[in-house]
Amino acid sequence: MADRQLMTGNEAMAEAAIRAGCRTYFGYPITPQNEILEYMAAHLPRAGGTFLQAESEVAAINMCYGAAAAGVRTMTSSSSPGVSLKMEGISYLAGADLPCVILNVARGGPGLGNIAPAQGDYFQATKGGGHGDYRLIVLAPSTAQEAADLAGLAFDLSDQYRVPALILADGMLGQMMEPVALPPHRDPATLPPKPWALTGAKGRDPNYIASFALEPTVLRDLNVRRHARYREIEAREVRWEEVATADAEVLLVAYGTMGRIAKTVVRRGRERGIRVGLLRPITLWPFPYSPIRKLAERVRAVLTVELSAGQMWEDVRLAVEGRCATPFYGEMGGVVPTPSEILTEVMRHV
Amino acid sequence: MSSTDTMTKVFARPRSLTEKPFTYCPGCDHGLLTRILAGAIDKLGIQERTVIIAPVGCAVFAYEWFRCDGIQASHGRAAAVATGLKRANPDLIVISYQGDGDLAAIGTAETIHAANRGEAITVIFVNNQIYGMTGGQMAPTTLAGQRATSCPEGRDVRTMGHPLPVAEMIATLAAPAYVTRQSLHDPKHVAQATKAVEKALRYQVEGKGYSLVEVLSTCPTGWRMPPAVAHKHVADVVTGAFPLGDLVDRG
Amino acid sequence: MPNGMVVVDRERCKGCGLCVGVCPFGVLELSATYNSAGYPVVSASHPEKCTGCTLCAQTCPDVALEVYREKAVAGSAVGSSAETPTDHR
Ligand SMILES: Cc1ncc(C[n+]2csc(CCOP(=O)(O)OP(=O)(O)O)c2C)c(N)n1
Ligand code: SF4
Ligand code: SF4
Ligand code: SF4
Ligand SMILES: [Mg+2]
Repeated sequence: MADRQLMTGNEAMAEAAIRAGCRTYFGYPITPQNEILEYMAAHLPRAGGTFLQAESEVAAINMCYGAAAAGVRTMTSSSSPGVSLKMEGISYLAGADLPCVILNVARGGPGLGNIAPAQGDYFQATKGGGHGDYRLIVLAPSTAQEAADLAGLAFDLSDQYRVPALILADGMLGQMMEPVALPPHRDPATLPPKPWALTGAKGRDPNYIASFALEPTVLRDLNVRRHARYREIEAREVRWEEVATADAEVLLVAYGTMGRIAKTVVRRGRERGIRVGLLRPITLWPFPYSPIRKLAERVRAVLTVELSAGQMWEDVRLAVEGRCATPFYGEMGGVVPTPSEILTEVMRHV
Repeated sequence: MSSTDTMTKVFARPRSLTEKPFTYCPGCDHGLLTRILAGAIDKLGIQERTVIIAPVGCAVFAYEWFRCDGIQASHGRAAAVATGLKRANPDLIVISYQGDGDLAAIGTAETIHAANRGEAITVIFVNNQIYGMTGGQMAPTTLAGQRATSCPEGRDVRTMGHPLPVAEMIATLAAPAYVTRQSLHDPKHVAQATKAVEKALRYQVEGKGYSLVEVLSTCPTGWRMPPAVAHKHVADVVTGAFPLGDLVDRG
Repeated sequence: MPNGMVVVDRERCKGCGLCVGVCPFGVLELSATYNSAGYPVVSASHPEKCTGCTLCAQTCPDVALEVYREKAVAGSAVGSSAETPTDHR
């Protein structure tokens, strides 16, 4: 039976992580995600796990690297500037094929920016961020419920594919309080075994974990094998939501907090007889290119709405490939457009 | 010559070493210290529960030299990786092996905070006063006046800082169980360093907490000295700047 | 003085000469022969002088030396000078 509680998006992700069997958490304070750190400090030890406030985001992600190598589900959370600091560590996790969940409750940038909701970290999350040819599984919740659901999914996908998973949220989602149906607790002992983990070379050959291979052909082959897994993820794990797309003339594409606002736009538009629909990517990587492409065959315009200068917009245009118009509407710096502003923009394309 | 039938082996390759040859330059103390560490792992019988953390530096391959589980850490972060491993699985014996650029420049924060938390890990700190791997640049431990490729006129302490006394700094903290500085420049010191490494590991096995074994080491290549001359330099000069001995022993 | 014997793993030796310098009895010498990696290798030019004290092996950075000593007669403390394990089972 699902356990229903009123909680913020931040708390929902933290609680869902514990219920998913996360047993180590390493973090560093930064607004607007402090509630995750504090929730873990209060609740993870009670679940038999380890909470540690690290000396920096750099240390925190490297602690995750160690804990992940030990075969234990591990998570860190931060907000934009802190996530920038984690990038080398994330690249090492990717290069060493270690599972780990990273929460970015993003804020306005660049630099210190502000603590208002923003989506300027899309490139960082989906196009690298750290160095080298790697991918992260990137999940973008739009409600507290979905934040909880995706936190659990992030652990499972990360373990299954040995690819780090990042949840891209923002302060609005993180702070908003909503009823959440929580998943049951999972006993870490019942999770699939990790024969590659560093548990001590007892009765087996040593396990080695590294992202290092001096010989180019060896490193190439490691990359090729990893990219084969990426292809599998692209084939199997794309997730998105469609709202009123069947007869849409204008298709909105928006994710996260903006996706939630876009739903309101669709509702209000439909009330006024405007044939507007929404495709909300849930996985930002793998990105829902083909569902967007299919809809682009029959709409007049695909309008991307983001809290950025147009980052996901590039992926939307790659999906549409000239099949229809691809306008963009966005705000930066933590300014959140209202549904009526967006609706006005929609009207320009019907 | 006597045959091995009538003889006993009194010095053998430690069982905790794999067959892989070391990638170090001829006469480099890194190799000697690796052997000492493997010998200590054998002696304590902990090969099956040990994880070796290799740094970025000339010891980057170290995770493959031990018949123990191993992991390679990003530059300077080995103490954080060690923290993650040990916290995730306290039954592991976690050994972080790091150079002076790695531990005392880029990784200073992780080093100090792991020590200050008293993480139950063993840190083997190779102080060779230089960045060996990248070609002999100045390290935080480079001696005053010592030449390196990035201080060709010698380290000017007025603008480049003084050699960083890592063991002394760590010794000011409340948590560490054992902090010592050792050297490998002659057999007597090798024997002492061996005992120190064993003690540091024993303390971890006994749950006594954090240890740091700083080891004055040579970099014959970076110092541009033949190996034996480099050992004499450690005896005559380096031990003057970095005094040897135990600084903390809370065993 | 016990009789000892030092065995050089020619492929591991890098010819650094450290063992030559620490041997108290002048047993070892850098030979004019090279291994497959191109390093000159050390050899026991005066094997009869070896006591099996293990100082050379304890100094070798590449673990290229093994040392044997004549089987212990009662009372002698074989292995006491070597802090490294003597057990090779
Ligand atoms: C983030 C980062 N910065 C710089 C380097 C380049 N780098 C590789 S090894 C090294 C210095 C290592 O020196 P030290 O820790 O003293 O080890 P040694 O080689 O002397 O044993 C540096 C700067 C790197 N790999 N990663
Ligand atoms: S560069 Fe220096 S520290 Fe590195 S292997 Fe060579 S001698 Fe040793
Ligand atoms: S064991 Fe002692 S005597 Fe024999 S070669 Fe080595 S150092 Fe010389
Ligand atoms: S110390 Fe070792 S590597 Fe150096 S010359 Fe002697 S046997 Fe060879
Ligand atoms: Mg160095």
